[in-house]
Amino acid sequence: MEPKLGIRNVKSMIFKGVIIFFAFLITVPLIIVLLYIIKQGITQVNWSFLTHVPAPTGEKGGGIANALLGSFIMVMMASVVAVPVGILAGIYLSENPGTKLAYYSGLCVDILQGVPSIVVGIVVYFWVVKPLGGFSAIAGSIALAIMMLPIIIRSTEQTLKLLPDSLKEAALSLGVPYHRVIIKVIIPCGFAGILSGITLSIARIIGETAPLLFTALGNNFLTMKITGPMDSLPHVIFSYATSPYDDWHDLAWGASFILLMFVLTLNIVTKLLTRKWKIQL
Amino acid sequence: MSILLLVIIVGVLATLITESMPSIKSLGIGYLWGKVWDPIQNIYGAYPFLIGTLLTSFIALIISVPFSYAIAIYLGEYNPKGWLSDTLKNAVELIAAVPSIIYGFWGIFVLVPLVRTLEMKIGVLPLGVGVFSASLVLAVMIIPYGASLGITLIRMVPSPLKEGAYALGATRFEVIRNVIMPYTRTGLFAGVLLSLGRALGETMAVTMLIGNSSAIASTFKEVLFGPGNTMASVIANEFAEADHTLYLSALIELGLALFLVTVVINLIGKRIITRFTNN
Repeated sequence: MEPKLGIRNVKSMIFKGVIIFFAFLITVPLIIVLLYIIKQGITQVNWSFLTHVPAPTGEKGGGIANALLGSFIMVMMASVVAVPVGILAGIYLSENPGTKLAYYSGLCVDILQGVPSIVVGIVVYFWVVKPLGGFSAIAGSIALAIMMLPIIIRSTEQTLKLLPDSLKEAALSLGVPYHRVIIKVIIPCGFAGILSGITLSIARIIGETAPLLFTALGNNFLTMKITGPMDSLPHVIFSYATSPYDDWHDLAWGASFILLMFVLTLNIVTKLLTRKWKIQL
Repeated sequence: MSILLLVIIVGVLATLITESMPSIKSLGIGYLWGKVWDPIQNIYGAYPFLIGTLLTSFIALIISVPFSYAIAIYLGEYNPKGWLSDTLKNAVELIAAVPSIIYGFWGIFVLVPLVRTLEMKIGVLPLGVGVFSASLVLAVMIIPYGASLGITLIRMVPSPLKEGAYALGATRFEVIRNVIMPYTRTGLFAGVLLSLGRALGETMAVTMLIGNSSAIASTFKEVLFGPGNTMASVIANEFAEADHTLYLSALIELGLALFLVTVVINLIGKRIITRFTNN
């Protein structure tokens, strides 16, 4: 005999309750982490925090100007490399879906997406740091660029696949050469989607620490020299958070707050761009 | 440009293999279950790190699975539209967006003291840092990966199937258990695999919380609450100070193992998903 309808309904209600409980419980740690970082960090942030380099041990004050500049330079250099390569590879994958090369490159994108960031750090250490003879910002940005690539490629590919074929066919039937179709029709139409991939990838890599540990290392001084070691926001947080001094912890809270704000802003921008395009990243 | 991708992957593999050659040659396969890691004596065994990695990842996975399934079912079936589901979905995506270094930093100053109090209550050495703390943070970090895939998959269940079950008088719970779950089982499993891949390679948060000890714990409580080390964390900690070839290449061999394992897990996961979405 099947149990009575009443019992089955109660069971169903209980299950729904459990599901809702678990689904919303997850927001608790998120809110706790965010609020704690904001609470600890916001009091640290002021003009001198943003414009000064760290003070020597034991002295009060100091800021994270070196890390801000370092993060900015390295993310910029990484984007300069990864954005064109990523977009071109994405176009290739969406334009030639059936070919062998596309299959294997697609596989490589999947692999690259799953590679632990620490492994990227090791490899770039042997590719760049060792031949150049020292830690450098270049090495750091190459590591970051490798981490950016799969995200940009996938988002470009998926945006372009959403475009109706008739767009391209219309342009081709007017006698426009293929490369101009891509530059003048395909890319402008998918621009928002491609852009969202770029912002998302920057949001991902700006907080990456592991690949920078053995590549860009860190540097307590304000530097623009890309062949030397350079500091970055996540690295500053790591080295100050694991230090025994309280004022260094305060600096790290401030740096975490700034980093979090960057990541949140970039994510919101991505959200606004993808809402228009309804793409899944 | 696509060829560049192949070059990168082949290059990564080649670099890892050539650089770990000294350790592969001199330590052989026994490296994997050598129980002692003592760079000063030049003895290298990866066993403590393999155990540490597996332990943290699986504990994190066990904690995270109910949550990611619940989120997937709630947002996929109960409440797929509306402001409440949008908010929850954004919150889940935000969990993935917060950099791991921030989780680690927060963990050191908030979670570790809490765990320390707990440890004093149950009578283990109150270190605070250890496998337990690392797994907790790791669990939170990997929930979004399983969940967001699950949402997509559950929404793909054809409505005629569900409607058929409702028409036969099934309750919502019965529809979920007998129609939706069997239909999406393999896909959800792929989501679990992908989050496992994330957990295995996660470095910074774990490095900051696991306590970094290469000793092997003996009792159950020590295993769970004591300090440990994962493959990724030992690389992060010791790579820069590895001063001779064998030490360095032993670390790189860990990296190679990590690379191969995550690649296999990810490829299996993706393969399942592609098969699922094509059907």
